[in-house]
Amino acid sequence: MSTLLNLAWFIPVLPFLAFVAVALFAYKSQKLSHSLVIGGIAAALVLAQIVFWTAVLLPVGGGEHAYQSHVSIPWLPAGREFAEISIWIDPATTVMLFMVPMVCLMIFIYSVGYMNFGTDEEDPRYSRFFAYIALFATGMLGMVVFNNLLTFFIFWEIMGTCSYLLIGFWYEKKYPDPNKITPKQAGLKAFLVTKVGDLFFMMGLVLLYSQVGSLAYEDIFAAETLHHLVETPFLGTTMATAVALLLFGGTVGKSAQFPLHVWLPDAMEGPTPVSALIHAATMVSAGVFLVVRAFPIFQVAAPVMVGGIPFVALIGVITALGASFIAIAQDDVKGVLAFSTISQLGYMVAALGIGAYVAGTFHLITHAFFKALLFLSSGSVIHGMEHGHHHAHAHAHHDAHHDDHHEEPWFNANDMMNMGGLRTRMPRTFWAFLAGGLALSGFPLITSGFWSKDEILAQAYTLEHGAFQAVFWILAAAAAITAFYTARQLCLTFLGEPRTEAARHAPESVPSMTTPLLILAFFAITLGWAGIPEEFPIIGGIIPNWFHHFVQSTIEAGHGAEGHTALRVLGHLSEGAEATHSNVPLFVGLSVALGGLGAGWLVYGWKPLKAGEMDRVEAALRKIGLGWLYKALENRLYFDTLYRWTIIQGTLLWADGSYWFDSHIVDGAINGAAWVGRNLSAIASWLDANIVDAFVNLVGRVGRVVSEFGDVFDLKVVDGLVNGVGVLIKALGDLFRPIQTGRVQDYLLMASVTMLALMTVFFVAVQILQIW
Amino acid sequence: MSFPILTVTLFLPLVGALLILVIPREDENTIRRVGTAFAFLTIILTAIIWVVVAGEGAGAMQLAEEHEWISIFNIYYRLGVDGLSAPMLFLTALLTTLSLFYSARTITMRVKEYYFLFLLLEMGMIGVFTSMDLVLFYVFWEIGLVPMFLLIGVWGGDRREYAAIKFFLYTLAGSVAMLLAILGIYFETGSFSIIEIGQYAAQQPLFGDLPAAVSIAAFWAFFIAFAIKVPSFPFHTWLPDAHTQAPTSGSVILAGILLKLGAYGLIRVTLPFFPREFYRFSVEIPIIPILAIMSIVYGALVCMAQWDLKKLIAYSSVAHMGYVTMGICAAAAALPYLGNDLDLAAAASGLTGAAMQMFAHGIITGGLFFLVGIIYERAHTRDLKAFGGLASQIPYYYGIMMVTGFASLGLPGLAGFWSEFFVFRGAVRFIPVAAFISVLGVVFTAAYILWKIIQHVFLGDLDKEKWGHLPDMLWWEKVTMWPLVLTMVFLGFYPTPLLNSFNLALTSLLNGLP
Repeated sequence: MSTLLNLAWFIPVLPFLAFVAVALFAYKSQKLSHSLVIGGIAAALVLAQIVFWTAVLLPVGGGEHAYQSHVSIPWLPAGREFAEISIWIDPATTVMLFMVPMVCLMIFIYSVGYMNFGTDEEDPRYSRFFAYIALFATGMLGMVVFNNLLTFFIFWEIMGTCSYLLIGFWYEKKYPDPNKITPKQAGLKAFLVTKVGDLFFMMGLVLLYSQVGSLAYEDIFAAETLHHLVETPFLGTTMATAVALLLFGGTVGKSAQFPLHVWLPDAMEGPTPVSALIHAATMVSAGVFLVVRAFPIFQVAAPVMVGGIPFVALIGVITALGASFIAIAQDDVKGVLAFSTISQLGYMVAALGIGAYVAGTFHLITHAFFKALLFLSSGSVIHGMEHGHHHAHAHAHHDAHHDDHHEEPWFNANDMMNMGGLRTRMPRTFWAFLAGGLALSGFPLITSGFWSKDEILAQAYTLEHGAFQAVFWILAAAAAITAFYTARQLCLTFLGEPRTEAARHAPESVPSMTTPLLILAFFAITLGWAGIPEEFPIIGGIIPNWFHHFVQSTIEAGHGAEGHTALRVLGHLSEGAEATHSNVPLFVGLSVALGGLGAGWLVYGWKPLKAGEMDRVEAALRKIGLGWLYKALENRLYFDTLYRWTIIQGTLLWADGSYWFDSHIVDGAINGAAWVGRNLSAIASWLDANIVDAFVNLVGRVGRVVSEFGDVFDLKVVDGLVNGVGVLIKALGDLFRPIQTGRVQDYLLMASVTMLALMTVFFVAVQILQIW
Repeated sequence: MSFPILTVTLFLPLVGALLILVIPREDENTIRRVGTAFAFLTIILTAIIWVVVAGEGAGAMQLAEEHEWISIFNIYYRLGVDGLSAPMLFLTALLTTLSLFYSARTITMRVKEYYFLFLLLEMGMIGVFTSMDLVLFYVFWEIGLVPMFLLIGVWGGDRREYAAIKFFLYTLAGSVAMLLAILGIYFETGSFSIIEIGQYAAQQPLFGDLPAAVSIAAFWAFFIAFAIKVPSFPFHTWLPDAHTQAPTSGSVILAGILLKLGAYGLIRVTLPFFPREFYRFSVEIPIIPILAIMSIVYGALVCMAQWDLKKLIAYSSVAHMGYVTMGICAAAAALPYLGNDLDLAAAASGLTGAAMQMFAHGIITGGLFFLVGIIYERAHTRDLKAFGGLASQIPYYYGIMMVTGFASLGLPGLAGFWSEFFVFRGAVRFIPVAAFISVLGVVFTAAYILWKIIQHVFLGDLDKEKWGHLPDMLWWEKVTMWPLVLTMVFLGFYPTPLLNSFNLALTSLLNGLP
């Protein structure tokens, strides 16, 4: 049975083959391209389901917590060691294998309609889009199935590249507002900001690699390795802490945590299926999954507490709360979802930071489904708005003149202020959006978001330290705000009367787009039932808390030998303390969800916004003199401005300064040396002509005088000698003067003569020394 | 006696060059064919050599040949290859062949001289990688200079004379000091054999009886001679000039192979001859890590300030070769710990990473220079500000440039990643502070590749009037680029054969250190 798990080898290979086939051969046919890619991911989904059910039923590798394939490929040699690649299946992998191909398939099918299949047969971008997303799926699936952190990193970076390519997919697009970021800039920004995080990750990897000599999970999470990491000091802390913090840097970048969150909102410049796939469901949660994956290292890391809160949890709660506030003031339908994603990722990170490992993973999975659903629904809305705008515009121009080249005025189809009343025009989209929105708000009992959020809150509450209570209350506040902005979004988009002509004419999307919505909506609701706590009043225990038991064993696997050591995540306790179930977090969870939704409905739903009316929160804040606060939230608390004027401008200045230094000082020194050389040569030439010659002449004259007076020397001998010296010196002068000629023969001659002369000198010297 | 394949490989280009001399000047196509064919033959020979050398024996010198040459000075004609030099030989043959193939359609002036010199250059480079005798090494080292000097000086751009002379004098100045050191070593050990001197140095320090200043001076003589060629900060300023002025193929060879001669010298000569001094200046007085950091970070920053595409890539060589210095430096810093398996593995990683960077950078930057040549042939400008939106106009070129650019910025899944990863693995263990600082260079590299090159050339609006006529890559340009692109991708996913070859040779080199 467990050999079935070896099928996991092929899961990332299938979409990769689709990518290669489309990129090299099939790109000319749009239909063939999308068929190959969808077929590839569908086949991967079938294999993943087989692996999933095998792992769940056995469970995993027949009684073991993790299964490593016996087939392995020798890969990286270093010294006497040789790293190998293999397959690694454990519960964390398994649940990812359930989620990733499923979400991918839904989004791929949706993309056929969204990318306007069939409208422009000549458009090469259509096939390119499918090639990119196939490569992306390879990255995500490859990251999950292999047995070491290095392949994890490689596939993680491949995803980052696809993200870059897809954000900038419409690379020629420009906006009338020069301050609005364009797709090409957004792609670059995303790549560079996440790259900063990735470098932390890479340094963590090399540090770990150089300490352990391996990056295979079975080696790095072995008890003796963890022990070694805790015992080894490194730059003022322990190796375990250093590695954990560095790896966490990768999470901060990829999962858009404060302070590297700035790239994700702008990543919405990409096509909406990309936002759903990469920037909501899969890649951004890969950062969270990294912490899940490397959790044993995080457990043993020494305490890094900031203000009494563990570092990881602190980053999580700052992100969760801050991003949810910002989401209130966003008018862009995807912008709200972007900040919502950041905030929810912060939720997961906070959960992991307090050791709620299972709850964090659970939220990761449920969030992937309902956020993908929300993005796809918003894509359907945008698509409808664009068509509505096109229709309204064409209609208006129809009677006036038939001018094919008229430029449509720029229209922001993403702006919720332009929407309204779409419920009746796009009913299927509305119900899907509603299901996703309720799950995001944590609407009690029926939605998956409630159960996963509830579990995080419950875990946060049961922890004993005072500071952890702060984590609980901050997360609860974030949940309330989440419910509020979701209600705002639903009301602004779907209720009331259309506020523009575009909204008035918006049609429902094609079935290939709405069907995936339906399937995702199903999971957004039901998935939570796999994780209902058994202690829950009344319904608890009817369905066993399967998720918890299953995923919990991942950690026991890595942690077997450590036994009952208190679990510490950058400094504190966790999961072990879950025994006491309290109803306080349940009631808090219920009331923040319902309260937030209710408040949102009262403000925006009871009397829907009219066209041209100011946002109600903004109006209210202005009234009490807090208009600047709304402005700040709208501008994302000015992080982009701050980074632009410090980091970006600073680096550019530094670069220009370096170049100036290089061309003037470093190269200047060389040219200076050349100048000195030339002048020395000129001086030598002058000396040669005036002093040496004169000296020679002098010697000659002296010789003559001596010979004349002394009559001792033969005139001819002396003359001959003197002339000989003169000739020799002149010859030397001639030899060195051509330095300025640039003739290569002279240089060669110089080199050879120098070499010969030096060798002779040394040879003679040694012979003399030896004789002596 | 077995077949002297190394000698044959070494002198085959010379035979080709001489053959070209007797072909009439007017018969340019024959000259081109003969030249390219001879270069291609060396690919086959070097591939055979690599296959023979690879395997478990890659740690030792193989296919050795030894003949007395100048017996009075104990100078021998000694050749040999191991797992380090064999891949470099192959790279030399590959890039030379592609360069000649590409030149067949781009060089129209003085074809005969061009092909003659190019083959002579190939011989010089093969000679350096195969010589196991210092005098022979030095002779080939100098032989390589002349053809490159002329390639820049005759077929170069507007300021070719300045660039050529600067290149020549700078390198020559470095090698004169090396020559003195070589002679000094000869009088100390009585040998010019690289192996024997290495073994001698493992037993006792070179110049151990003399004041410390002598061995330090000799170390720096070797180090600087090679560092100029690498080139390492602050000896790098000849490079941007030489590259911008050189013809396309000249730049390819310059970046692809000639720079590697310096790196090869550091690994083959400086490290085994002066391990103690290398350690000293890597750890106790950390001059070399600082040079490496400066090359990587400062080099990348200078790249960011460039607007000339070719000059940008030239400076990127400075930054990328900094990783080589860093990797070798890490191995040197590991000197006292080599007995421990884990430390040996990390040191071997650093050194293997350096060697991998030599190979990968040759493939990648060679490719980048071809790509610059291809666009320059069409647009007659390299000004980044002049371009924009070309992705829609020349999509094939865009795709190839994307892959090459991503490889250059060290993206995992492409060849450039492994060198950085392995260098950092070694560096983080032995020179952690330097490793953490220089990682900044990786971000800057991503920035200048994606922002300066990709965004300025390919993205945004296309100026239809200006660039609407620009043709996409032609078949022979594709033939030139595909071997390089395939190598990048293949090595990116499965670097094992190459890494294994390097690792065996370098681990045995490390084991030979004191």
